[in-house]
Amino acid sequence: MKEVKIVTKDLTLHYGQKMALNSINIQIPEKEVTAFIGPSGCGKSTFLRSLNRMNDLIPSVHIKGEILIDGLNIYEKKIDVVNLRKKIGMVFQKSNPFAKSIFENIAYGPRINGINDKKKLTEIVETSLKNAAIWDEVKDRLPDSALGLSGGQQQRLCIARTLAVQPEIILMDEPASALDPISTGKIEELIFELKKNYTIVIVTHNMQQAARVSDHTAFFYLGELIEYGKTRKIFTSPDIKQTEEYITGRFG
Amino acid sequence: MRLKNKLIGGSIITASALSVVLILAIIVIILVVTIIGGKDTLSWKFLTSFPTDGMMKGGIFPAIYGTALLVIVMSLAAVPFGAITAIYLTEYAHEKSWIAQTIRFAVRTLATVPSIIFGLFGLGFFIKYVGGGMDHLFMGGQLKWAQPNLLWGSLTMALLTLPVVIVSVEEAIRTVPRELREASLALGATKWQTIKKVVIPGSISGIMTGTILAVSRGAGEVAPILFTGAAYYLATLPTSVSDQFMNLGYHIYVLSTQSSNVDQTLPIQFATTLVLLMLTFTLNLTAVLIRSRLRRRIK
Amino acid sequence: MNSDYKKTAYTFTAESLRKKFRFSEYFAEKLITSVAFLSIAIIILIFFFVFRESLPAFKSVSKTKAQTTEAAVNKPESYGGNEAAAEQKPETYNGAEPSAAPQKPETYTGADSETTANKPESYGVVKDSALSEKEVNPDGNLVSSESSGGEGSLSSLFSNEWYPVSENPRYGLIPLFVGTLKVTLIAMLFAAPVAILAALFSSAFAPAWLREWIKPAIELLAGFPSVVIGFFALMVMATFLQNVFGYETRLNSFVGGIAMALAAIPVIFTITEDALTAVPATYSEASLALGATKWQTAVFVTLPAATPGIFAAVLLGVGRVFGETMIALMATGNAALSSLNPFESVRTLAATIGAEMAEVVFGDMHYGVLFLIGSILFIFNFTLNALAEFYVKVRLVRKIQGRGA
Repeated sequence: MKEVKIVTKDLTLHYGQKMALNSINIQIPEKEVTAFIGPSGCGKSTFLRSLNRMNDLIPSVHIKGEILIDGLNIYEKKIDVVNLRKKIGMVFQKSNPFAKSIFENIAYGPRINGINDKKKLTEIVETSLKNAAIWDEVKDRLPDSALGLSGGQQQRLCIARTLAVQPEIILMDEPASALDPISTGKIEELIFELKKNYTIVIVTHNMQQAARVSDHTAFFYLGELIEYGKTRKIFTSPDIKQTEEYITGRFG
Repeated sequence: MRLKNKLIGGSIITASALSVVLILAIIVIILVVTIIGGKDTLSWKFLTSFPTDGMMKGGIFPAIYGTALLVIVMSLAAVPFGAITAIYLTEYAHEKSWIAQTIRFAVRTLATVPSIIFGLFGLGFFIKYVGGGMDHLFMGGQLKWAQPNLLWGSLTMALLTLPVVIVSVEEAIRTVPRELREASLALGATKWQTIKKVVIPGSISGIMTGTILAVSRGAGEVAPILFTGAAYYLATLPTSVSDQFMNLGYHIYVLSTQSSNVDQTLPIQFATTLVLLMLTFTLNLTAVLIRSRLRRRIK
Repeated sequence: MNSDYKKTAYTFTAESLRKKFRFSEYFAEKLITSVAFLSIAIIILIFFFVFRESLPAFKSVSKTKAQTTEAAVNKPESYGGNEAAAEQKPETYNGAEPSAAPQKPETYTGADSETTANKPESYGVVKDSALSEKEVNPDGNLVSSESSGGEGSLSSLFSNEWYPVSENPRYGLIPLFVGTLKVTLIAMLFAAPVAILAALFSSAFAPAWLREWIKPAIELLAGFPSVVIGFFALMVMATFLQNVFGYETRLNSFVGGIAMALAAIPVIFTITEDALTAVPATYSEASLALGATKWQTAVFVTLPAATPGIFAAVLLGVGRVFGETMIALMATGNAALSSLNPFESVRTLAATIGAEMAEVVFGDMHYGVLFLIGSILFIFNFTLNALAEFYVKVRLVRKIQGRGA
C-alpha cells in the first residue's frame, strides 16, 4: 500500500437533526483510486462532499470529528477553504460547464488565480485538455461554446477544467452516471491514466465500474462505513454479510 | 336538481369568462381609441419638433427628450442598487433570517407605496434636505440644488422602480443552476468571484427585464415628478441634471386638464398619449417575452 | 509534462492553507449588505421625512389668522417670491424664490391655471375657490362657509370644509376622506368581482394554452400608465358613462371609481390567480374523485382554500386605489364635496396633494396639511400591506397545512 493521503477520524455529520454520517474512519491512499459504493442515500456523496468542504455551503450541516489530509485537519478554524478547494478538485454527477467557450471554461480556474497572460493560459488549456484526453476532439473549436459538446465530452471538459487548477486530489461524484457506455468507457480510461498523478476518490452506484477502475472500495450503508478494503477482496470475498448481499444485488 | 346545478355551473363559468373578456375588451378599447385619436397627428415632425403657440400646436420633442433623460438617470440609480439588493437576498442572506425577511418586507412595502408619496418624499428629502444641504455646503447658501430638477425627479422615480428591478433580478438569479455555483467554488473561486463570473453573467436577461420594466414604469408615472422636477413648458432642452425637464405623462396631464383650451389641443393630447402608450406597451411586451423565454428555460 | 504535477510530500500544510484575508471579498460583502439595507432605510426615511414636513400643520395652530391669510393672498405666485414664507421658516427655502421665479417664469405658471372655465360641466376645482367657493356648492351640499369659522387651525382638520386658499382657510379633511372612500368603494365594487372571477376562469376553467395568453395580457394592463387611464377616463369614458346613466356632472366619483378599477384589476387578478394556483392539486382531485363537477370544485373547494390570498389581493387593490393620484386628478372632478351621491364630483386625498403641492407656500399650514395627508396615506398603505402580508403568510400557510395534515 502506498502512502496514506486522507484520513478521517470519527467523522459524524448531521443535516439539522438527522444524522447522515456516523463515525466514519477511513484511510485513503495516495495516487490510487478509491471507490465509494452503496445504495442511494447511504451517505457516500455526502462524505465525498465533506472532503473538500463543499457541505459548508449548506447552513444546516454540522460536522464532528476530523478529516486529515497530509496529517492536516482541514476543518480547523484557520484553514482557508478557498485554497483548500484549489488543491482538491471535484467533478460532479451532472456535467456542468459554464456558458462560456471551451477555452474560457478551462481558463476559468487559472484566471481566478490571477493568471491572465494569454500565452500561459493557452499552454495550461492545452495541457489540461490533453491530460483529460479530449484535446484531439476540441482543439479546432476552442472558441466555441462548451454547451455545444456532447454529454461525455462535457464531462471530460469538466475534468480538464479541474486539472487546470493543478489539484492533488480529485473527487468524482458519479461522473459517468448520465453517460452512454462508450463515453463511460472513455472516462474510466481517463481515470486510470489520472491516478498516476492524482489521488482519486470516486462515488459510484455502478458496481462493475467500481470493480473496473478502483484499487480500494468502501461500502457505505445508512450513513455507516460497513466495509473497506482492496477492491478485489471486497468484490470476491467480503468479510461482512451486508456487503456481500449488496454486491450480489440482493438489495439496494 | 341536476338541472339547477347545471344552470348555476353554467352561469358561474360564463360570468368568469365574461370577466376575462371584459378586461381584454377594455385593453383593446383603450388601445384602439388612443390609436384612432392620435394617428392623424402622429408624425415624425410631431415627434421631433418643439411645441409652438403656447403649446397649442407643434410637437412634443422636449417631452420625449425629458422622459428619456429621466429614465436614463433613474436606471443608473435603480438598476445597480436593485441588482445588488437582489444579489444580497439570493447569495448572501439566509432565507429565514430576520434581516432577509425584513428587507423583503421593505421591498414589498416599497412596491405598494402610492406614487404620490414618493413625490412628497422627493420634495421633503431630496429637494429640501439633501438639496438644501448641498446649497448650504457648496453654493454658499445660493439656490441651485434645493429646487426641483432632473436629478431629484430621477432619483425619486428610482425609489419607485427599485422593487421592480429587485424582483426581476432575484427571479433571474434563482434560475442560475446551483451546479454552476458549485463548479466555480470547487475550482477554488471565492464567493464574490463566483457571483461576478458565474451568477451575474447568468442572470443578464433578468437584469435586462428588470431594467426594461423599470424604464416602462418610470416613463409612465407622473405623480412622483409632479413637484420634484417636471416642468409645464420649457423653451430649451435640459442640459444638466440641475435643470427641470418636460415629460410625456405630465404633458398629457397638463394639456388635458390645465390648458385654457382643452378641445383645441385634443389631437395633440391623443397623439402624446399614443406615444406614451406605445412606448410602455412595447417595453412591457419585450419584458414579458424575455421573461416567458426565461421561464421556459427553467422547465 | 507530468512533471508539472509532481508533488513534494506533504503539500497540505498549515502554512500553505492558512486563512487568507481577501480584501475584495470582504469589501464586496460589506458593500452588498449595506446596499441591501437601503430598502429598509428608504421606508424609514419616507416615514420620517413625510411626517417631518407635516409638522407645520401642528406648529401653526397658534398662528394668527392674519399671517395665514397673508400667505394665502400671496398664493398666486406660490412657488415664486414670497416674503411671508421666508419669514416664517427662514431655514427651509430662504433666498430660493426670488431667484427661482425670474429664472424660469414659464416653468411653474401653468399649474395654477386650472380653471373652472374650460370645463363648466366638471364642477370646477376647489383649489382656486378663494373666489369661487360659493359657486362650488349650488346644491347646498356643503355647510355654508360662514357657519363654522375655522381659524386655519388644527381643529379645522375635522371640519367639513376644505378651503385651503380662501381668505379664511379651512382644512377640513372630512370631504377628502368621504371622497376617497367613495371612489375606493366604487372602484372595488367593480374591480374585485371582475378580477376575482377572471382569476377563477384563468386558473380553474381555461385550458392551459388560453391561460398562457390571459395572464400576460392582463399584466399588460398593469403596465398602462395611470395618466393614460386617467386620460381615457376623462376624454372617453366620462362622456360615454354620462350618456348611458344621464347624470348631471360629467366628472364624478363614479367615473373616477371605474377608471381606478382598471388600475386595480391587474393587481387583484395577479395575486388572486397566484393564490388559486397555489392551492394543492390534491384538494381539487379529492373533490373531483367524490363526483363533484369542475365548477363545484372550483367554487366550493379551491376558492375557499384561497380566501386569505384573495383577501390580501383585495387589500392591495384598495391600497392601489386609495393612493392613486393621476386618475383621481383627471377623472373625479376634484370638488371637495361630502355628498354620498356617487354621481357628484369628489376630491380624493392623493389628488389634493397632487393638485395643490406645487403652489403652496413652503412651510406654511397648507403645506403641512398636505404632508399630513401624505403621512396618513403612507401609514394607511403600510398597514394594508402589512395586513395583506400577514394574511397571506400566516393564514394561507396554516390553512393549507392544517387541512393537508
